Amino acid sequence: MVALHMTSPVARGGFRRLIGYLAMAALCAFLLSGVQSAMAARSQIVVGVRLEPPHLDPTAGAAAAIGEVTYANVFEGLTRIDGKGEVLPGLAESWDIADDGRTYTFRLREGVQFHDGSSFDAADVKFTLDRAVAADSVNPQKSLLEPIESVEVVDPRTVRIVLRRPTAQFPFTLGLPAAVIVAKETADTNRTNPNGTGPFRVSRWVKGDRIDLERNERYWGAKPALARATFRIIGDPSAAYAALLAGDIDAFPNFPAPENVPQFRADPRFTVVVGNTEGKTVLAINNGRKPLDDIRVRRAIAHAIDRKALIDGAMDGLAQPIGSHYAPQNKGYVDLTGRYPYDPDKARELLKEAGVPELRLRLVLPPPSYARRGGEIIAAQLRAVGIETEIVPVEWAQWLSDVFRDRRYDLSIVAHVEPNDLDIYARDDYYFDYHSPEYKELYAALVAETDDAKRLDILKRIQEKLADDSVNGFLFLLPKIGIWDAKLKGLWENAPIPANDLTGVSWQD
Amino acid sequence: MIRVLLRAVLSLLLTLACASVLVFAAMQVLPGDPAEVMLGVNARPDTLAALRAQLGLDQPLPVRYAAWAAGFFSGDLGTSNTYAVPVMELVRERLSVSLPLALLALALTVAIALPLGMLAAARRGRLADRGVLLVTQLGIAVPNFWFAMLLVLLFAITWRWLPPGGFPGWEAGVLPALAALLLPAVALALPQGAILAQVMRSALIDTLDQDFIRTARAKGLTRGEALRRHALRNALIPVLTVVGLQFSFLLAGTIIIENVFFLPGLGRLVFQAINQRDLAVVQSVVMLLVASVVIVNFLVNLAYAIVDPRLRGRA
Repeated sequence: MVALHMTSPVARGGFRRLIGYLAMAALCAFLLSGVQSAMAARSQIVVGVRLEPPHLDPTAGAAAAIGEVTYANVFEGLTRIDGKGEVLPGLAESWDIADDGRTYTFRLREGVQFHDGSSFDAADVKFTLDRAVAADSVNPQKSLLEPIESVEVVDPRTVRIVLRRPTAQFPFTLGLPAAVIVAKETADTNRTNPNGTGPFRVSRWVKGDRIDLERNERYWGAKPALARATFRIIGDPSAAYAALLAGDIDAFPNFPAPENVPQFRADPRFTVVVGNTEGKTVLAINNGRKPLDDIRVRRAIAHAIDRKALIDGAMDGLAQPIGSHYAPQNKGYVDLTGRYPYDPDKARELLKEAGVPELRLRLVLPPPSYARRGGEIIAAQLRAVGIETEIVPVEWAQWLSDVFRDRRYDLSIVAHVEPNDLDIYARDDYYFDYHSPEYKELYAALVAETDDAKRLDILKRIQEKLADDSVNGFLFLLPKIGIWDAKLKGLWENAPIPANDLTGVSWQD
Repeated sequence: MIRVLLRAVLSLLLTLACASVLVFAAMQVLPGDPAEVMLGVNARPDTLAALRAQLGLDQPLPVRYAAWAAGFFSGDLGTSNTYAVPVMELVRERLSVSLPLALLALALTVAIALPLGMLAAARRGRLADRGVLLVTQLGIAVPNFWFAMLLVLLFAITWRWLPPGGFPGWEAGVLPALAALLLPAVALALPQGAILAQVMRSALIDTLDQDFIRTARAKGLTRGEALRRHALRNALIPVLTVVGLQFSFLLAGTIIIENVFFLPGLGRLVFQAINQRDLAVVQSVVMLLVASVVIVNFLVNLAYAIVDPRLRGRA
């Protein structure tokens, strides 16, 4: 029947023989793909990802794509972060914190092996953490791991870590992709040939196309239901859409095109989950430049932004507004979206008060569509209150050097995806150029505080301080649009960290 | 003939040397630092410095250029900063997709263009000619990525005869690999075939107006015979030139189609490497492409000599 379909419309055309060959090739491909999916027996999954990891060592690169493939699947840390952002035991089955808040004693799991068969013990932990904070370290989260003063091997199953100062977030930090445990012998080859302790090992990497994982039969914990998993790299939104519809991929946990969501929602073959990330999307303001150093000008910008119109226009309505630099799903969140309501008149008034009725700003936009689309809308909203913007689209490399390093910008739109990144407002070298002694004090208190109730109170004040100072325009939380086969269960609905943990994923059919 | 070859090799080397300076300089002028791209926003200055030293970026420019150029011309393309594997390996992997794709697309291009061009020229001014002109005009005007999306919609989503994209690799079998390349090749070949058909048509029409064709007709050949036996060969030179250009384009200029079909081809490798500021990859791959264009041009020149005996003495 297929063959009939193929030949009838083209037999009338000129190149019957050529078309005949093409038809044959198509038919064979069709049959082969049928065979392939029948063989799958549903213990394998093809997951679409947008960006290819540059390499596979999360301790040596910041690209979120590295964690999205390897985290919890290939590599594991002492602690692990689950889909809700909670810290769970990982390679450490338990830990104690001494009363000084600085000394952590980790009990390690027994019977853990790396993929190459070597066994995991306290020496690996010491090696990993020493390497991460060493002078020549290239660890992307060195600044979070920096409180580590010493790592001591008590016995093969016990590690004692002493911090320079109490750091409440330390167990969470140890659960980040950049803190996964690696073996000394293979640390330098993990980039191409990752050797972890996780439930999957990398069996093949066809660069530019896909990364294949297979189940690690010697895994210490519960064996995953999937025997094989493939991460397929599909950067183009319309290609991602086609691949899902054609059934070539089973899941796209971070689907790039919000405008296609209604179509998938209407299709019973798919599950659509709009979850949250830690991506606090802000209109970054260069607080060091005139007249943006004037709080009235920054507040005017805040009043000029209509978040609802922005979210509808740039994100098809699929994002939550935020009013400070803190994600709504996290403990201690305070809703400050009403702090500066959308009010163009008020904005114009504030500008007049500040003596800058006319303003021309450079709005630098990195490549993601939230920034490029959002930028156009923000520019229009600012124009309505008398602020002209020059939109400068740049690629990431240029954004990093121009905006992030050299601060050659007035405004920019970017999602800050790191969890617990309130430290950036306390840093003098950061690109917002925001310097507030009160904030630094608050942040130092937050880091040192180990009592939960007091912590939450400080967190509240921190959020309010950032909103009051109108450091940035706080826009929305980046959604995680997950689309997958309706029979697939166990994928993360939210993305507290960039990861696609496949350990709990299975087919329900 | 040896002198011709020698001259060609010399000009090839000269072109490559100039190109190497240009490519290297361009990558330096480009804003952005590879270490920053790799380590992201939370990196500390000392971490960045450590990585720069690891990548050899702390060396002065002339030293880096010399190291790279010396390596390149002795066959060592260097190591990718980001992938941490030899560039040669990356190129080989990508060529196993891009080269067959380019050849398949080129074959389809010629298969479309030659009959259409000949038909139009033979029936000049008549209905068939106008039909061909209209269709090829459309083929040139329609962007190939849009056409590619239509192909995917029809063949991959609605009928599910062919995969919507990706490349299973040749080890998965010749047929699945060809099946994966078929839609992209068609999408690439359609506009190229339309262009070539128009070139073919006008080249043939020019030739058909010449005296020797009139003579051939006067000897009693039919229009069709004169076209096939005399005009075709004489019209091939502009066609060959365009085919040569098209091949170079198909080898490396197919990034949009590679994106639509998420194929791991050369174009995407270069694009990705530019975004990551992976200097070794960009420099070496662009240089290889320059070399391939120069070589293809050389081959096209040789082909002129085969088509046109008068050029054999010169070339």
